[in-house]
Amino acid sequence: MIWPAMFSYVLRRVLATIPVMLIVAVLVFLMLRLTPSDPAAIIAGDNANTEQVADIRRRLGLDQPILTQFVIWLGKTLQGDFGESFFFKKQVAELISDRLEPTLSLACLTIVLAIAIAIPLGVLAAYRHGGWLDRAVMGFSVLGFSVPVFVIGYVLIYIFAIELNWLPVQGYQRLAQGVGGWLQRLILPSITLAVVFVALIARITRTSVLEVMNEDYIRTARAKGQTEPKVLIRHALANAAVPIVTVIGFGVALLIGGVVVTESVYTIPGLGRLTVDAVLARDYPTIQAVILLFSLAYVLINLAVDLAYTFLDPRIRY
Amino acid sequence: MGHLRQSLIALAAAAILSGLSAPANAQKTLRAVMHSDLKILDPIWTTAYIVRNHGYMIYDTLFAADEKGEVKPQMVGQYEVSGDQLTHTFTLREGLLWHDGAPVTAEDCVASIKRWAAKDSTGQKLMTFVDSLTVKNDKTFVMQLKSPTGLVLLGLGKPSSNVPFMMPKRVAETDPNTQISEFVGSGPFVFKREEWKPGDKTVYVKFDKYKPRSEPASGFAGGKVVNVDRVEWRAISDHQQAINALLAGEIDFIEAPPHDLLPLAIGDSNVKLYDWNVLGNQFTFRPNWTAKPFDNPKVRQALIYAFNQKDFLEATVGDPKYYKLCNSYYPCGTAFFTEKGLEGKLNSDFKKAQELLKEAGYDGTPIVLMHSTDLQILANLAPVAKSLMEKAGFKVDMQSMDWQTLVARRSKKDPPNAGGWHAFLTSWVSVDITNPIFTGFMNAACDKAMFGWPCDEGMEKLRDEFARETDPAKQKAIAEQVQMRAAEVVTHLPLGQWYLGAVMRKNVDGMLKAPAPVFWNISLK
Amino acid sequence: MSIETLPAELVEGPPRRGRSLRLAARNSSVIIGTLIVVVLALLGVLAPLLDTLPPSEINPVFRNKKPGTERSIRDSSGEEKKYVHRFGTDSLGRDVYSRVLYGARVSLIIGVTVAVISVAIGLVIGLVAGYVRWLDGSIMRIMDGLMAIPTILLAMGVVSLSRAGLIAVVIAIVIPEIPRVVRLVRSIVLSIREEPYVEAAITVGTPTPLLLVRHVLPNTVAPLIVHGTFICASAILIEAALSFLGVGIPPETPTWGNIMAEGRSLFRVYPHNIFYPGLFLALAVLAINMLGDGLRDTLDPRFAKRV
Repeated sequence: MIWPAMFSYVLRRVLATIPVMLIVAVLVFLMLRLTPSDPAAIIAGDNANTEQVADIRRRLGLDQPILTQFVIWLGKTLQGDFGESFFFKKQVAELISDRLEPTLSLACLTIVLAIAIAIPLGVLAAYRHGGWLDRAVMGFSVLGFSVPVFVIGYVLIYIFAIELNWLPVQGYQRLAQGVGGWLQRLILPSITLAVVFVALIARITRTSVLEVMNEDYIRTARAKGQTEPKVLIRHALANAAVPIVTVIGFGVALLIGGVVVTESVYTIPGLGRLTVDAVLARDYPTIQAVILLFSLAYVLINLAVDLAYTFLDPRIRY
Repeated sequence: MGHLRQSLIALAAAAILSGLSAPANAQKTLRAVMHSDLKILDPIWTTAYIVRNHGYMIYDTLFAADEKGEVKPQMVGQYEVSGDQLTHTFTLREGLLWHDGAPVTAEDCVASIKRWAAKDSTGQKLMTFVDSLTVKNDKTFVMQLKSPTGLVLLGLGKPSSNVPFMMPKRVAETDPNTQISEFVGSGPFVFKREEWKPGDKTVYVKFDKYKPRSEPASGFAGGKVVNVDRVEWRAISDHQQAINALLAGEIDFIEAPPHDLLPLAIGDSNVKLYDWNVLGNQFTFRPNWTAKPFDNPKVRQALIYAFNQKDFLEATVGDPKYYKLCNSYYPCGTAFFTEKGLEGKLNSDFKKAQELLKEAGYDGTPIVLMHSTDLQILANLAPVAKSLMEKAGFKVDMQSMDWQTLVARRSKKDPPNAGGWHAFLTSWVSVDITNPIFTGFMNAACDKAMFGWPCDEGMEKLRDEFARETDPAKQKAIAEQVQMRAAEVVTHLPLGQWYLGAVMRKNVDGMLKAPAPVFWNISLK
Repeated sequence: MSIETLPAELVEGPPRRGRSLRLAARNSSVIIGTLIVVVLALLGVLAPLLDTLPPSEINPVFRNKKPGTERSIRDSSGEEKKYVHRFGTDSLGRDVYSRVLYGARVSLIIGVTVAVISVAIGLVIGLVAGYVRWLDGSIMRIMDGLMAIPTILLAMGVVSLSRAGLIAVVIAIVIPEIPRVVRLVRSIVLSIREEPYVEAAITVGTPTPLLLVRHVLPNTVAPLIVHGTFICASAILIEAALSFLGVGIPPETPTWGNIMAEGRSLFRVYPHNIFYPGLFLALAVLAINMLGDGLRDTLDPRFAKRV
């Protein structure tokens, strides 16, 4: 690897995220300002007259021209001041930091579970290509992303929490209050969310491993007498890493969507639920901040994925 | 060596996996799921019931209604009325403290009354009779009236939205149209602001220095004795999950479970149903008088013939155990209940409705009916209304939206096809609509009325008469006339009375029967 | 060229003309998938003829009846006859069987409409981005921005811009899908530009529109068809999620998603509200995914399994 070229590539990619985030900011801001409902009226309450509503609009800065509002908001956001929620009487930054841990916990555990289950499954399916395991994996995976997340959730809750009583029905326990409880409450939600990913990743793993298994160099390795597991793991998987990593990157978008629904089903006080509540309440500052945050996460993860390519596949040149 | 290491690891793993958490408290915590999440903390600024419930936790009132609805002194120790009924003197009882330790003074109370009266319609009406409200000393204040009215006790002991909660003077001096930012009260619980996570949970702890009255608790009156250390309101918006959690013992109490899920809850031997709100609630249909064709009284009259109560109750509550057909604006079981004025109406007489529409010259303008989708008990009302109205000859444009949007839209006077509205449905707690003054929807002061803006001089005169009357028998007669007028001009329509108890685990004991869920007197066995 | 494309589209080489449709038609996934989709579509189209009741007819008296409940109704000629609620009734007394069948229409229409519109718009933008160099940068940045916003959140936001309704939901789901189509088309355009025969055509002076039609478009057909089917499946699922979150199509127009969303709180007492629409939805999405898989395997040789 040539370091200067690599470095400039990395720098270029990092800088490229800035205009993207700017565009996200503009899009989100516009989208909210175009809504027909008026947060000032909602905040003013049931019995307010037009004067009081106008007053509140002034106080919130909603009467300024859109460009001014945008610039002010952008400036504050870059300094970390996400403003105060219209409805929750709390700083948005505080609301978000409260909710960060549950969502991160859920997301990370889901990814870990998904990878831990899917990759071995995919490899096994490829190894036993054509057998019952292969068919089962393919079948299950198509099913996995055909059923809506909340249906999976309800069914799992019914079986494991209610009938078998093995796990709690809902709720979230902070890590600080004990790992055991934290884990116990996150198992069902993570499995619910992981189903879609296991389906996707298992398939991609299987396909990639199968493709690679018939490559010349694999046959050479076999001919050289290296035992099957080593052949599979070292060569096939390593070369299948690129598409798998791509899926993970592109799956983050799916993950965020799934998180919103899963948090609603399992009553996890995370960012997903915060967003739903904020959208339904027309709480602009919160909606803007959360969407920005999610988008940033998505952009950064994709950045990491892109950068990972350069390590994983030297054939990819820029 | 390896053996020891193995066992140590096993031990550590077992310790972690068994969920070593913070040392277990002997604290008694009541975990409740209320009908809505608490987002606003100012019970004067809004009439929302969840905020009123919050108010009852941390604030106290001068007077309070007991189980029978009789107004009894609560914070007031001595109450004197002059012979001419014009001078009312209130003296606070001993030992009342704010949560920050300061004593409650008459100044605090006067300021609180003024703020409440600025927003609440009953308070506003009361104030029209008041000449002056002055502080005599630390514990005493005097209300001087221009003419006698029964509204003094009725108002100061008002059980439901807006409740005249007492707040410290500095808080009560906040502009009534701005939400307060400090939450200090003198009630039996303290609001733990640091632990409040909107959308997640709200936490209250027992106020150790609260001095309850000596009488036994009854309704909102009597001694408010707290038997638990901590109350947590958890926000579980998925009703099914809330019931699941109750059955699994993860929570103790659900304020308003959906009627359809009651069999599931009651079927479990660890759970019981308890109807704390014996007077129930009333579904209401509100037309917008300023939107054509509802400016025409005949068209509004057609509604009263198109509707019937049973269809609405069946579609929402379902089980007849939990509803009652009550052809009266004042709920069944309350003092002014009467069927006068509603005889033969609310019977789905589609023919008569169609006739009225023809006489009125209804031209087929689609009625914009707002349909709220996210509040479970209200969600099925609009579709039923639509189907009945269509059978009566109306054209209906039902628009679905969430409750917040509906609330914003109902305050608009724009034409219905430009962001306005023709009608919507809602529900009132019975105790809020027991008389012509409490019933906000009966206010027909045109622009000053509630959204819907009915405009009827006759109605306003009758309501004024009611406010001036202190004799209960004469009050009843006037209330009857008010109902007859309401049914004639159609300020709104009563669409059935319904009941909903709370479900709780069997070890939750002592909940009081009152129009709002209160958490004093409850103990965890 | 960057690798910001879908997983299966790792460009291992220049795309060749796809194999004929005949091969696709013989692939078992394609056959089974198409068959199921056609059956479901027929059920939807023929719904009025399949012993159904009007799907938005409320009947509070018959709410929450279990599947198999019988009742007598008066039909259009005024005669009384027996009707069996095969899938039970929902919380407003509407027949779930009828709603599921009528729901097939809307759910499938949403899927197809979203797929067609997003492919069409994405194709145009992608062609522009691939061809008009000076617009490429800004277009792609905007697409990146759009893609960065999580689909569900973007959809929720768009729906809240106007009344909830079929059009709003379609637009809400189309918008997040466009960027991926744009990327796909753009990458195809870019790789084709490198082809010697295209360079030759450009040197000869072939006008751009002709270039596009003769060389570029045919190479986009196969990948777009494949991608389109996956968008269709995804759209149906997203609509269900939007209904679950309360921002989907209002319940008078039944979709599989909103039937389930309305009945979700009754899951343990009246599971038929979720079971039947869920079954149909899963079947439809499954079939469409199978169809897409099969099409991809046969039509687009870049992805053909070499096993």
